[in-house]
Amino acid sequence: MPRLIERFLPALTGTGAIALGALIAAALLRTPENDGVMARAALEALPDSGVGNPVTAVLLNFRAFDTLLEVAVLLLTLVAVWALDLRLPRTEALPASPVFSSLLRVSGPLLVVIAGYLLWVGASEPGGAFQAGAVLAGGCLLLRLAGRWNPGARFVRWAASTGLLVFLLSAVAMPALTGGLLQYPPALAGMWILLIETAATVSIAAILTALFVAREPEEPRP
Amino acid sequence: MIDWWVDGLLGLMMLWLAWQALSAADLLRAVAMFVTFGLLVAIAWIRLGAPDVAIAEAAIGAGLTGALLLITIRRMEDQRRSGSQEKRRAKAD
Repeated sequence: MPRLIERFLPALTGTGAIALGALIAAALLRTPENDGVMARAALEALPDSGVGNPVTAVLLNFRAFDTLLEVAVLLLTLVAVWALDLRLPRTEALPASPVFSSLLRVSGPLLVVIAGYLLWVGASEPGGAFQAGAVLAGGCLLLRLAGRWNPGARFVRWAASTGLLVFLLSAVAMPALTGGLLQYPPALAGMWILLIETAATVSIAAILTALFVAREPEEPRP
Repeated sequence: MIDWWVDGLLGLMMLWLAWQALSAADLLRAVAMFVTFGLLVAIAWIRLGAPDVAIAEAAIGAGLTGALLLITIRRMEDQRRSGSQEKRRAKAD
């Protein structure tokens, strides 16, 4: 019997996949047309959100709870990877070469500036914490691969969790200030969003870099 | 009309690159195809009027995921090499 199943498994899997695809397509065709009610509501409330970019307004203000959970998921991913304790070989530095070191000299500072720009411009134009964090992580990876930077366990842990900490602190502080969870006072909303996004950028960069390295940094010896 | 051509070409190239990334026997080639695919997806997001998503896709989808896949290949090769060494040592014992 198991051999029979094994023989028909590819055909079964294929049929299942096609059926699932057809089901999803049918469901998609039956959904009502997007009437733009939510988009209009978001655009109308934009002046109160503290930022000018509707995407940032939705991510960090109107639906900030979702983003809070996303930052938490990222941190949990890192904790899970560390807990797996893969015993991978150390990410050894690439052999020194004039091409790589001059690339590093030019692109390292440039990546930091681009990350800062994306973070700042996210308030009014496309950009924001996730994009800035990813670019910053790219810079950190270059430094690591060059063997120029090997931060200790405490630094990595703080950097990885600071985004969630700041986000949680503002979630807890808001009910006292405005009476709503993650409901910023309109006058200071822009400042709160920038604060949270800055912390999130640091954490996203740290988490993405740490995921690349995959090994938990070692405790400094006392 | 020209828009239609650009979008059609973009869509076809994405499908082709996705297939290349999935079917390549050489992992390094598959990763290269995947990164190129990510860049085209970023362009597609711009065409759809979502520049925020496009930046995220270019940085995370193409850049960081590509780097992650590349280092995974290197580590797999390292592990295979050390694994075969261990086997040889076991035989010698």
